[in-house]
Amino acid sequence: MIPTHYYLFLGAALFTIGVVGVLTRRNIIVILMSIELILNAVNINLVAFSRYFQAVDGQVFAIFVITDAAAEAAVGLGLIIALFRNKETVNADEIDLLKW
Amino acid sequence: MAPLFYIFAVLAILAALSVVLQRTPVYSALSLIVVLCSLAVVYLLLGAEFLAVIQVIIYAGAIMVLFVLVIMLLNARQETPSDRSRLARWLGAPLLLVFLGELLFAVWERFPAATTRAAALPDAGPRAVGALLFRSYVLPFEVTSILILVAVLGAVVLAKKRL
Amino acid sequence: MATGSNMPLLLLAILAKVGVVLLVLLTTIAYAVWLERKVVARIQSRWGPYLVGPHGLLQPVADALKIFFKEDIVPTEVDRVVYCLAPFLAFSLALLSISVIPFGESVTIGGATIHFQITDLNVGLLFVFAVTSLGVYGVALAGWSSNSKYSLLGGLRSSAQMISYELSLGLGVVGVVMLAGSLSLREIVEHQSGLWNVFVQPVGFLIYFTAAVAETNRVPFDLPEGESELVGGFHTEYSSFKFAMFFMAEYANIVTVSCLATLLFFGGWLGPVFGPPLLRALLPVFWFCLKVFCFLFLYIWIRGTLPRFRYDQLMAFGWKFLLPLGLLNVLVTSLVLAWRST
Repeated sequence: MIPTHYYLFLGAALFTIGVVGVLTRRNIIVILMSIELILNAVNINLVAFSRYFQAVDGQVFAIFVITDAAAEAAVGLGLIIALFRNKETVNADEIDLLKW
Repeated sequence: MAPLFYIFAVLAILAALSVVLQRTPVYSALSLIVVLCSLAVVYLLLGAEFLAVIQVIIYAGAIMVLFVLVIMLLNARQETPSDRSRLARWLGAPLLLVFLGELLFAVWERFPAATTRAAALPDAGPRAVGALLFRSYVLPFEVTSILILVAVLGAVVLAKKRL
Repeated sequence: MATGSNMPLLLLAILAKVGVVLLVLLTTIAYAVWLERKVVARIQSRWGPYLVGPHGLLQPVADALKIFFKEDIVPTEVDRVVYCLAPFLAFSLALLSISVIPFGESVTIGGATIHFQITDLNVGLLFVFAVTSLGVYGVALAGWSSNSKYSLLGGLRSSAQMISYELSLGLGVVGVVMLAGSLSLREIVEHQSGLWNVFVQPVGFLIYFTAAVAETNRVPFDLPEGESELVGGFHTEYSSFKFAMFFMAEYANIVTVSCLATLLFFGGWLGPVFGPPLLRALLPVFWFCLKVFCFLFLYIWIRGTLPRFRYDQLMAFGWKFLLPLGLLNVLVTSLVLAWRST
């Protein structure tokens, strides 16, 4: 039997990797993918706790997270396409008109 | 069951590293698909069959297809690192390790070797999940569906050239 | 779970079952190609393959031998890793979904129960959909990695098509799932012992079958290939063994979709059963195979008869007709079920 905290360790590791991706990459698409990694890390925790507490509620929350991820991806990728149309770039640090 | 968990946990972490380290976006996307599928196996091991299948259908089969399509459309090739901040280069890795250590420590503190209480959930099949989703969580469910609707509208407004 | 002592034996039995199913599936794929060439030829008043073996029955063998000995050309500008990965992905995913398809009733011979199914998941139907939804990657990645405009356009088209029709495919079977109250394919079949679902859910069946034809990229929805405009579509740059894998994946998908149609709407292995025990055990499998064969024939018939859609017609048909119809079907079915249960 795998102890619950192993799953939490896995979640923590994926979360950290996702944070690194968001902070270090320039390509917005990859940044979005790193955010998906973070969401998945959360999902592991939810499911692991659902098992630990013997309640299905955690899985229902994980379904909500997946739905939100779908919404986020749709809007995010829409934004990326709109940006690419205007600026011909997918690099986050080149889109800095609002930065002063 | 234990070896399966280790195999897929390690696979997930390696693929996640590959998501962040690959310079070609398509390889990142493919690695992310590997992460998602191995996590689906982890969910299966946790007894969450329905969620595992949902994870593959929605995450790997729909969301990631969208990513791959956008990458193909924009023809995003290799990314060149910018090397702007020297501070980040030297402090990044140590701070990252501190952060990871902190997380793991927090988990370890709160759950000292907590094992799952029983062998398996009584029932985490589609019936149980559905009953919970449409009874206790019906309001969040409806709110989420409105969120999806707004997201669809937003995506169309943002991505369409002329409305 | 088996106890420790007979674990190896159980593993061996599972492996044997997997082997038999794969062998049967691959043979079916090979002879589906032969059948298609024969039937289409007869529709066009030709004879079709006739030279190799009686009635060209050995033609699949000859084709396989030929294709394995062809030169495997990898164009210089392709993305090598993805280019080689894509056909394997398409093929293995196409084979994977057969693992949850039940072929017949479980029978007990000499104390040992034989399930005509590799594994019985209680979310079996969703598993098939999950694997089908991953199938898009084979096509999309093949199109992208070939680094050729025809491949890219074909890949983009077919991914868009497959995503669009997946929704209708799913909606078409929701009615069946609601009727059976289960996602396990075995239970769905057992629920139809009185009346086949096709009579209860005719609209659902039409939606499912139309979407399934589109999902497998077949005529009249075979725009990803569209020879007249896109050369060969996503597999323009593929040759030899890799091309054969795409080809076999397409036929494996057709077989899977036909199996699913049989299970969901035509009562799977249900049919008249009579005679001695052995016949009794094998007749369900025979009925199942017969029904699947009818579907394969229908596929070929459609291919031989209908012209190809235009791309905008295809998208409009999927989104503006099939999807609303599917939603309506779900609504009506649930209303009727709710009305009946009160």
